[in-house]
Amino acid sequence: MKHVITALVQNQPGVLAHVAGMFAARGFNIDSLVVGRTEDPELSRMTIVVIGDDHMLEQVRKQLEKIITTVRVRDFKEIDYVERDLMLVRVSATPEKRAEVVELAGLFRGRIVDVAKQSLTVELSGPEAKLEAFIDMVQPYGIRELSRTGIIAVQRGEQRAKERN
Amino acid sequence: MSKSTKTASKRTKGYAGMTGADLFHKMLLEEGVEVLFGVPGGALLPIFDSLYKTPIKFVLTRHEQGAAHMADGYARSTGKVGVCIATSGPGATNLVTGLATAYMDSVPMVAITGQVTSALIGNDAFQEADTTGITRPVTKHNMLIKRAEDIGRAIHEAFYIARTGRPGPVLIDIAKDATSNELSTEPDLTIDLPGYKPMLTGHIRQVKAAAKAINASKQPVLYVGGGVVISEASEILDKVAHRGNIPVTTTLMALGAFDESDPLALQMPGMHGTAVANYAIQECDCLIAVGARFDDRVTGKVETFAPHAKIIHVDIDPTSISKNVKTDIPVVGDAKDILEKMLPMIESKQRKDWLGQIAKWKKAYPLHYDTGAKIKPQQVVEAVGRLTDHDAIITTGVGQHQMWTAQFYGWRKPRRMITSGGLGTMGFGLPAAIGAQFGNPGKTVIDIDGDGSLAMTVGELVTAVHYNQPVKVVVLDNCYLGMVRQWQEMFYERRYSATEHPCPDLSLIAEAFGAKGIRTTEPGELDDAINEMLKHDGPVVLAASVEPEENVFPMVAAGKGLHEMDMGRLV
Ligand SMILES: Cc1ncc(C[n+]2csc(CCOP(=O)(O)OP(=O)(O)O)c2C)c(N)n1
Ligand SMILES: [Mg+2]
Repeated sequence: MKHVITALVQNQPGVLAHVAGMFAARGFNIDSLVVGRTEDPELSRMTIVVIGDDHMLEQVRKQLEKIITTVRVRDFKEIDYVERDLMLVRVSATPEKRAEVVELAGLFRGRIVDVAKQSLTVELSGPEAKLEAFIDMVQPYGIRELSRTGIIAVQRGEQRAKERN
Repeated sequence: MSKSTKTASKRTKGYAGMTGADLFHKMLLEEGVEVLFGVPGGALLPIFDSLYKTPIKFVLTRHEQGAAHMADGYARSTGKVGVCIATSGPGATNLVTGLATAYMDSVPMVAITGQVTSALIGNDAFQEADTTGITRPVTKHNMLIKRAEDIGRAIHEAFYIARTGRPGPVLIDIAKDATSNELSTEPDLTIDLPGYKPMLTGHIRQVKAAAKAINASKQPVLYVGGGVVISEASEILDKVAHRGNIPVTTTLMALGAFDESDPLALQMPGMHGTAVANYAIQECDCLIAVGARFDDRVTGKVETFAPHAKIIHVDIDPTSISKNVKTDIPVVGDAKDILEKMLPMIESKQRKDWLGQIAKWKKAYPLHYDTGAKIKPQQVVEAVGRLTDHDAIITTGVGQHQMWTAQFYGWRKPRRMITSGGLGTMGFGLPAAIGAQFGNPGKTVIDIDGDGSLAMTVGELVTAVHYNQPVKVVVLDNCYLGMVRQWQEMFYERRYSATEHPCPDLSLIAEAFGAKGIRTTEPGELDDAINEMLKHDGPVVLAASVEPEENVFPMVAAGKGLHEMDMGRLV
C-alpha cells in the first residue's frame, strides 16, 4: 500500500543524508522523496511516499521522528489531503501529429512549455493517477524524455492529526 | 513554530578573541568532563595544545577503538557521559567499532574527531575521511563544525543529546581551522534542537492500563532490560516485583538490576538463559517488558515467543514498541518514572501456584556443569564471584566466557556487568575495564575475557600500566574461538574451520608489558591464584587454562523457540 508522509526538518547540511540513510539501513522502500522550502526559512519539508503495510508505516514514522534534526512528522493515513505531482514530458510530435498532442495536453489541462521541430514539451500537474493516464495517452507518439517531481501533499482544511502514544 | 531552546552555559560572554580550541576546553570543563581517552594527531594539534595544562585527565590509548571502549566502560559504570577523541582519517575510522558498540547498547558518549581544514574538505586531503558520513548509522547524532563560533553550542548539544532520552554516542567532527582560529564574535551557546523532545514521563492512562492487566493476570513475568539500569530504576523495580509477587528475568544488559539471590529472580532469558526464565516466559499470561527491546537473542523464534501472554512494553524509545513483537499495552517514557507511578496501582498477590511452578523449574533445571581433572571455565567465574562478594565491576569480551560470566557470577547490583550485548564486540573487555577503573577508583574491576577477544585489544595493557590502573584480567584460556567452535561442534559436525589458534602464554605477555602475570592450570590452585590477583595493587593478567571443548548450556539454537532448549545433558 502507498503511504504519504511529510517531515519538517531543520535546514541543515546532512539532514537528507540522514533520512535517506535511515531508509536504506532499515530496508524501507522509498517511492518518491521531495525536499523543499517552507514558510519558515529554518525548516524544510520532505514529502516521502513509501510502499508497505501499516506496521511498516508506523516504524517509518517513528524512525523519522527519532532523527534529531526532524522537527515534526505526520502521515496522511487517516487524513483527507491534497497531493500533487509535477511532470515535464517531451513527446515526439512531427508537424502532422503536433495538433493531436496539443489537444491531448489541453484535455488534461497541461501546458505546452516548449515547441521544437520534432517534439514538444508538456507541463502537467495533478494527482499521480492523472499523470499516469496522460503518459498512457502520449506513449504511442513516443516519449523522448520524462521528469517528475514526486508527490507533495498538504491536508485539506483544519483537521487535527490523530493523537498517538 | 515554537522552539525548545535553552542556554547551557553558565557564562555567555567573554569568549570572543579566544581560539576555538580554548573554547572547546572551557566547554568540556563546563560539562564536568573529568577524563578524556584518545590519541592525538595533526588535525588535533590546536586542541591538544589547549589541553596541555588541563585539570582534565588525559588518557593516551594504544588504539582509538580502545579509547572508545574506555569512554564506554567509564559511562556504563558511572552513568556519566564518557568522552573520547581521535584525529581525522584513520583515527576517526578506528573509532567506528567503539561507536557502534555504544550505540547498540544505548551508552551516553561524546566522541570528538579532528577534521582537515575546512577549505580542504571534499578534496581528498591527507588524512581526510567523511567521518560524519561513515558514523551516521552508528551514532545517535553527529555534526560537522567548521567555525570556531559554533564549537561551544555543538558541545553542549552533544552532551545533552548523549545523556537524555534513550542515551547514545554523539560525534562532533571539528575542522582544524575551527580550533586554531580566534572567535570573531561572542558565540551563541544556546541549545537549539526543535526536533528533539525525549518523552520522559509515562502517560498515566497507559500506566493504569498496564497495572490493570498485571493485576488481572495469574502468571506474570517481568522481563527487564538495560533501560532499567540506565534510568536507575532497580530499587523501584524491586518494590514492584515484591508487591505483586512477580518473577523477574534480567537480560544480559540488565544483569544485577534485580538481585539474583532473590527467590523471585529467574536470571537471564534467551539463547543461553536459564531454563526457568525461558519456561516462565513461554507459560506466562502477562509479560511486562521494561527497558528491553525483544532482541532476537532473547526471543528465539518470535512466532512462538510468549504465546499466551498479554504484552506490556515500557520503553523510552517509541521505535522499540512493536518493532519485533506486537505490544498490547505500550507505555512510552522513562522506566523509573513509570514504575514509580505503577507501584501504588499494583495489588499485592500471593500467586502460590505460579511461584510454586517457578520453584519446581528452578529445582529441576538449575544452571549446571560437571567438574573434572581440568579447570572448568564456569568454575573460574563462580570463584571470582565468590571471592569478590559478587560486587566487583566485571567486563567481558564476546564468546563462551561472556555467557558463562553472565550465568555464573551471581549478580546482585546494577552497573556491575559491563559487556557488549547488542553488537557483540570482541576486544571490548580490557579497554572497558580500564575506563570503568578510571570512573571507579578504589573499586575492584575485572575483565573476564576470552583468549581470542583479549588478543584484539591486548595492547591496552600498556595503557593500564602507563596510568597504573589496577585492572584485573582473568582469561578463560581455551585456545579456541570457543563460541564459534561450539556452533561448529553442534551444527557442522565438528569441522573446526578457523577456530583453533596458537595459544601464547598470556601471563608472559603481561609481564612483558609491565603488568603482573599469573598462570594456573590446576582446579585446586584456582582460589589461591584469584586471591593472589586480587591482592596485587596493579594490573594483573591471570590466565586460567580451562577445558578446551566445554560448551555453554542451556542453548536455544538459532531459529528455535525458547521452550526448545538443549540442556546439554540427559534430563
Ligand atoms: C570483532 C569480532 N569479530 C568476530 C566475532 C565473532 N565471534 C563471536 S565469539 C567468537 C570467538 C571468541 O573467542 P574467545 O574470545 O576466545 O572466547 P571463547 O568463546 O573462547 O570464550 C568470535 C570469533 C565477534 N563477535 N567480534
Ligand atoms: Mg577462547
